[in-house]
Amino acid sequence: MSGPLIPGERGLLVLIPCFNEQGAIAQVIVDIQREMPGVPVLVIDDASADATVQMADAAGADVLALPHHLGLGGAVQAGYKLAFEAGFQYVIRVDGDGQHSASDIPRVFDALKSAGCQMVIGSRYAAGQRNYTSVFRAFGIIVFRTILRPILGTWVYDPTSGFVGVNREALALFSRSFPLEYPEIEALVVLQRKAFRFVEVPCRVRPRQAGRSSITAIKSVYYLIHVLLGVFVNILKFEGRKRK
Amino acid sequence: MDRMLMVLGGFSAVLVIWVLASVRREHIRVEYSVSWLVAATVLVIVSFNRRLVEWMAEALQIQYPPLVVIVLMLGVFLVVLYRVSLRISELKDNNIALAQKLAILEYRQKSIHEAQRQHPETT
Repeated sequence: MSGPLIPGERGLLVLIPCFNEQGAIAQVIVDIQREMPGVPVLVIDDASADATVQMADAAGADVLALPHHLGLGGAVQAGYKLAFEAGFQYVIRVDGDGQHSASDIPRVFDALKSAGCQMVIGSRYAAGQRNYTSVFRAFGIIVFRTILRPILGTWVYDPTSGFVGVNREALALFSRSFPLEYPEIEALVVLQRKAFRFVEVPCRVRPRQAGRSSITAIKSVYYLIHVLLGVFVNILKFEGRKRK
Repeated sequence: MDRMLMVLGGFSAVLVIWVLASVRREHIRVEYSVSWLVAATVLVIVSFNRRLVEWMAEALQIQYPPLVVIVLMLGVFLVVLYRVSLRISELKDNNIALAQKLAILEYRQKSIHEAQRQHPETT
């Protein structure tokens, strides 16, 4: 632990939700620290069974260890809550498997500060570039992109991206209410319902550096149904019946 | 028909006894036993009241009267199960919020201890 977690000059926190990422997490943290010196890095450990906490701690990150497995949304929201309470102005979330390049963080941060929007998505397709994507994920991205177009009123080319930056307005919202299981796509709808804006900036995506994805081929079907349902529930939700 | 109604009535009566025993042993909280007790008692009353079953069968145009009890059972248990799902969802939300709060408090506590360890003169 390097804490206590205090916003530095830039008011930025880098958040890494992790579940069994002992093989990649240390390098991810070192890369971020090299790219963004002085910026605190917070690892949210979602009750990993391996040495993720020890590796993250040894690499110099702050670690928020959850008492039991909450799933991605619950883990990310825990980080958002801590960041909001600590007074951070910006939070950038990257995956703990090394798929995102730390060198793209400054681009997301610059967009977050200058684009006048509440959320910035690091997108593997934003500038028409090609990046590593599995077949299942590529198919899912096309499906979700098409479904989200009329709902969001704009194309989001990489709606499943876990490389996301938010400003304090979105941080306040997500601290109170955040989709819990597969949050990326539902979060876009939540933002849209609040008339918040988001933009995509191009980023590189590599194959995961270690470990295995939690979304297997069979789980993809469940993922698809779950997310579609979540999107429509969020559209139907009326104000005042929010999760605590 | 009578035998079928007896079986359904017997099943419902066993359910009433089972729920009461569970309440007594504190395996189920009183507030959650109410919906099961009401549902099972209604089914006992209906099952042992042949005239009521026949009247309901006629009203619902069901040829075989004991089916009324089974349809009623299905409906009642669906409602009870749905209420259970609502409760589970609420508990899950509370559980997640608690786990997050606990993690944040533990984090803060560790930060304070770490700061005290590094700068003992300030404490």
